[in-house]
Amino acid sequence: MTLKVELVSPTQRVWSGEAESVSARTIEGDIGILTDHTALFAVLVDGQVSIKGADGTTTEFGVSGGFLSVANNRVSILTESVN
Amino acid sequence: MGAQLRIYRRRMRSVKATKKITKAMELISASRIVKAQQRVAASTPYANELTRAVSAVATYSSVDHPLTTESVNPKRAAVLIISADRGMAGAYSNNAIKEGEQLVALLRERGLETKSYLVGRKAVSYYKFRNREISGQWTGFSDNPTYEDAREVADALIEAFVLDAQVDPNGVDEIHIIFTEFKSMLTQNAMAKRMLPLEVVESDTPAPAGFLQMYEFEPNAEVVLDALLPRYIQARVFNAMLQSAASEHAARRRAMKSATDNADDLIKSLTRLANAARQAEITQEISEIVGGADALASASAGSE
Repeated sequence: MTLKVELVSPTQRVWSGEAESVSARTIEGDIGILTDHTALFAVLVDGQVSIKGADGTTTEFGVSGGFLSVANNRVSILTESVN
Repeated sequence: MGAQLRIYRRRMRSVKATKKITKAMELISASRIVKAQQRVAASTPYANELTRAVSAVATYSSVDHPLTTESVNPKRAAVLIISADRGMAGAYSNNAIKEGEQLVALLRERGLETKSYLVGRKAVSYYKFRNREISGQWTGFSDNPTYEDAREVADALIEAFVLDAQVDPNGVDEIHIIFTEFKSMLTQNAMAKRMLPLEVVESDTPAPAGFLQMYEFEPNAEVVLDALLPRYIQARVFNAMLQSAASEHAARRRAMKSATDNADDLIKSLTRLANAARQAEITQEISEIVGGADALASASAGSE
């Protein structure tokens, strides 16, 4: 069982695919998402988002604000800019 | 060369020069449509995700957020019109402006005042010429808008929206947008939509079963909505601008194509006329020579 993750910015889809876990920094602190996480909607602050892909590789993105939504093993991260 | 023939040749030269320009513009627009379409496609995932998120939050939180609740007694509405910076695109800008006029008339009927926010030089000059008040104007990026441009426009709208329209003359209760939907290379529609307060959240496909469920909000639904809705408006404005840009290129390509075709027709008929004029000239010269020779022959025959 894996997570379906999408990291999108207004101008492009930055990353999408299957992942084991996702971690990000929300307003309230760092959060890690594994499979079967409860439905969640969080506001992100500037910081790192790291996605551990199903193949075991970890990719890190610097995001400037945004949102994280989780539902039914589907994670979408919306951010205004990625660097 | 006879006078008539010279005039025809001159007109042909000028039509040919115009044709070169229109042909070049047609090709440029054709190549830019593809790029513009790709940009629309690239911005779609973000817009979709955001729409999904907004509908989830709006449906599954009981917060009375100013951005989602309709004013009981709306007083003023903002109308954002997206038009082109340059002409040569047929009726593209005109269609958007006319759609805007209709919407304004409709809003007035409901007893609302309107405030105009204009994108693109064409709409701005239309309003300026009629001495209408413009609450906000942005020009210079209609054919290639960036997200920053969209954010600037959206922020001005949101700023007016959060003011209390009942007391502040700059405040608005509703935000409408007029843009040109890019359906295909051949079809583009100017259309009006209400952005705020949220109307129906559009989605092409019904949400998959079980998708909308109780969400946990972090830190809480109110903060999430506060952060989400401005982004949502920005994304909507950005998407509208990109679609309008694609439509603008398509409209320009079509207009320039028909201009090129017309130039071709004109050149063809001018060539025919010029040929006839040339032939008439030659015929006349021959008959003059023959006539002259005849006169000479009969003159010399008489003297002998």
